[in-house]
Amino acid sequence: MPLNTISWRIGGAQGTGVDAGATMFARACAFAGYHIYGEREFHSNIKGLHSYVTITVGVERVRSSREDVHLLASYDAETVASHSWAVRNGGGIIYDPRIVGEKIDSIPTMNERLKEEVLGRLRERGYEATIEGALEEASDRGVKTIPVPYLDLLKKAAEKSEGVKLSNLMVASNVVALTASAAVLRLDKSHVLRSIEEQFGAKRRVLEFNKLVVETVYNPVSEKYGGVIGIELQDQETREERYLLPGYISAALGKLAGGCRFQAYYPITPAQDECFFLESQETFKLNDGGDGSIIVIQSEDEISAIGMALGAALTGTRAATATSGPGFSLMTEMLGWAGMSEVPIVITLYQRGGPSTGLPTRHEQGDLLFALFGGHGEFPRIVLSSGDVEEAFYDAVLAQNLAERYQLPVIHLLDKAIANMLSTLPAPDLEKLRIERGIYEEDGGEYRRYRITGSGISPLSTLGGGEIFWATGNEHDEYGHITEDPVLRERMMEKRMRKLELASKEIPSDIKVKRYGGGRIGIVSWGSTKGPILDAMEELGERGLELSFLQVKLIRPFPKEEVKEFARSVERLIFVEQNYSGQLAKLASMEAGVSADHLILKFNGRPFSYQELVRDISQVLEKNVRRLVSSRRWEV
Amino acid sequence: MKAAQKLTPISYKTDIFVEWCPGCGDFGILAALRAALADLNLPPNKVAMFTGIGCSGRIAHYMKLYGIHVLHGRPLPFAIGAKLANPELTVLAVSGDGDGLGIGAGHFVNAGRRNVDVTYLLFDNRVYGLTKGQASPTLPLNVKTKALPKPNINDAVNPIALAITSGFTFAARGYAFQINYLKELIVKAIEHRGLSLVQILQPCPTYNDIHTKDWYEAGRIYRLEDEGYDPVVRDPAERDSKKVEAILRSMEDDRIPIGVFYKDETTPPYDERIRARIPSYPERPPAAQEIAGEDGLPVVDLNALLQRYRVR
Repeated sequence: MPLNTISWRIGGAQGTGVDAGATMFARACAFAGYHIYGEREFHSNIKGLHSYVTITVGVERVRSSREDVHLLASYDAETVASHSWAVRNGGGIIYDPRIVGEKIDSIPTMNERLKEEVLGRLRERGYEATIEGALEEASDRGVKTIPVPYLDLLKKAAEKSEGVKLSNLMVASNVVALTASAAVLRLDKSHVLRSIEEQFGAKRRVLEFNKLVVETVYNPVSEKYGGVIGIELQDQETREERYLLPGYISAALGKLAGGCRFQAYYPITPAQDECFFLESQETFKLNDGGDGSIIVIQSEDEISAIGMALGAALTGTRAATATSGPGFSLMTEMLGWAGMSEVPIVITLYQRGGPSTGLPTRHEQGDLLFALFGGHGEFPRIVLSSGDVEEAFYDAVLAQNLAERYQLPVIHLLDKAIANMLSTLPAPDLEKLRIERGIYEEDGGEYRRYRITGSGISPLSTLGGGEIFWATGNEHDEYGHITEDPVLRERMMEKRMRKLELASKEIPSDIKVKRYGGGRIGIVSWGSTKGPILDAMEELGERGLELSFLQVKLIRPFPKEEVKEFARSVERLIFVEQNYSGQLAKLASMEAGVSADHLILKFNGRPFSYQELVRDISQVLEKNVRRLVSSRRWEV
Repeated sequence: MKAAQKLTPISYKTDIFVEWCPGCGDFGILAALRAALADLNLPPNKVAMFTGIGCSGRIAHYMKLYGIHVLHGRPLPFAIGAKLANPELTVLAVSGDGDGLGIGAGHFVNAGRRNVDVTYLLFDNRVYGLTKGQASPTLPLNVKTKALPKPNINDAVNPIALAITSGFTFAARGYAFQINYLKELIVKAIEHRGLSLVQILQPCPTYNDIHTKDWYEAGRIYRLEDEGYDPVVRDPAERDSKKVEAILRSMEDDRIPIGVFYKDETTPPYDERIRARIPSYPERPPAAQEIAGEDGLPVVDLNALLQRYRVR
């Protein structure tokens, strides 16, 4: 419900608790019964460069970010300088009065392009080139500027506490920022305290101090500024069981649910979070009270990561790896081996900005065609893409089922936006989950691992768990021994590729695509654009423009019929993608003969906001723009 | 396969035509390997062998066991993954010198850090055979084998020294045509608890006209134990001195020592390190875990895992 959401943003230097502050704020809002959608932006840097998180809060499910900020929480100059422009008229900015004198020109970490733009704006409108100037500019257009003396408040809290080092006080700035925000928004203090308890639960001393910080900050800010921006986050009545988690945890839990018991990986952003999380959960309880475990191994490179996973997969273990573009590039030779030797394996591919090192911590959907075609020669693979945090969970189970059923590599496409997206979800429907094992050899007869069958599926054996067999990346006979025979080669290629035809027949339509809406203007997209598209549809619907949206989830085998049918059912086709060339549009043309009337593309490393898509969709339709490159106002 | 049956070298023979060149050292290695497995009486369905690309890689098809012929340079990652997932398997990895020390050198070094209980056989003929005789990483500087247009411009790596400094806990060197001795080395390597390397010197009768059978057998080779050499680390305190001794021995080049250079069972293998973190690992390694109930529902207690993230 875009119109019913508010947007809160916190910014600061990396390493100063921005992310933790945002998570605590999001959790506090969720405790109060709100839905959350959080989006993280950060640099490829450990400490010092600017990062920010936008938390969109709603009474109903939130699926995307807003670009206009209702309340900006800051404790440094760069956040004010960079983001004050995004604060809506009537919104608010929490700032530390100690920084008002800072010159924008001398903020060392602020990027030059943005700095020039900010300075130009201030000059043009007649304001000083300082934080004070930026705050005045905001104030003059109705933004409430809310000074919060961070150091004084922290000192006050420290006086009540024992053993807190004065030199270390500023680390609690994030808690001051979120407490002040809660006070302005009249979010009940108890939710903030509970959230802080969850964050610091294990560290008693830190917890006690931060609770004192909350007590010190909340009341004075509330008395003076409570409700000043006209928004009150009063407790919402809800009986729904709800969870708040980021996409990488959702995907990891799906992997565990689906039976993954071995994951090998090489550290790479943004896939490493999933692997680290799995390692932290390497032992877990089973429903019958028994002990389960997963081996998570950090390999020397991505080649080794997928190689180890394949070795484990050959034993009948459900095995996987997770990576992003550069790592996937290294994996492609092994991918061909998996296809040729028919070994079930799941590769979770978290896309990020490419090519090469590209934008390592930023979002992009640039690897669709690479996931589809990466590797030499022709072999069957399944490519499945998830649209949000919730889908990532169910799809992680599905990916493992498909890999084992069809004995091939499954690439589960996610992206940086989903990885770091923080989202409230209803309780997962655990009864809906099914683990479907593959077809295994049954006793009797001479075993041939690559027996040529009508379906293309040859019953599996496993290392140590069944008949012996041979496997090779060379072309091979039914036993898995090398052959260069032309007739056998042809039959084996046909056998392997037949599995994709079978998959195409067997996989239900509602897994291949999701269709939303019934309008005559059709949007086609894939992956994490789902949320902003659905929210944009809702807003455009309220303005009288009905849209249909086809989310393509299965990329290979491509849902030709579904895409054709969708194209027939609408008057115009708009493809929305976060890449330069419209990769899904190209694929739809190649596979289904469907051509895009309009492309809305974005490749600046930042996800779409729904408002941006509202503008973009209106514009391509009104002005009949064939290819529109999108960007938000005041993107940082 | 009846477990009680006494296995012989023939038990591991397939009927695939062995396509190595006449006189290839690989024949000696194949005979020694089959004999070693028979000596250990290992049922074929308890042995998984991962081989790389090159002449050596073909051996997977000549052995009746799980024969997995992977990619150039990559047998070790596969072997490690399989062994960790199903520790009941005896796992062998096979590389040629180019496979293991050229394209696969990163895996070689990093495998040492983990000390997974895998036996790594390095077939070393100092040339790339299947691509017509290029210099491999073990061919010495300035040596010109017959296919090379010019003498070798690169220096050679020493597999034994590299293995020991990388953390392999067993390093041995054999010669392909001392089959019985090689068999004994392979048996010791398989019995060793931890990552073991057997470097196997062998002629390539087609492309290496320098290190020929005659060259090897002209009195150069001697056995370490004949000179009273003791490779065994009995106390962690003597690891370093034993390593230094082994490395020095491995560098001799006027005479060629064969035998066990280094053996250390005081360093915990990877499975013990896992067990310290996952107590149920020995009974329920990945391959032995049930993942679904009869109804197909996951066995994992997801509610317990989700609890941390519950907000309402």
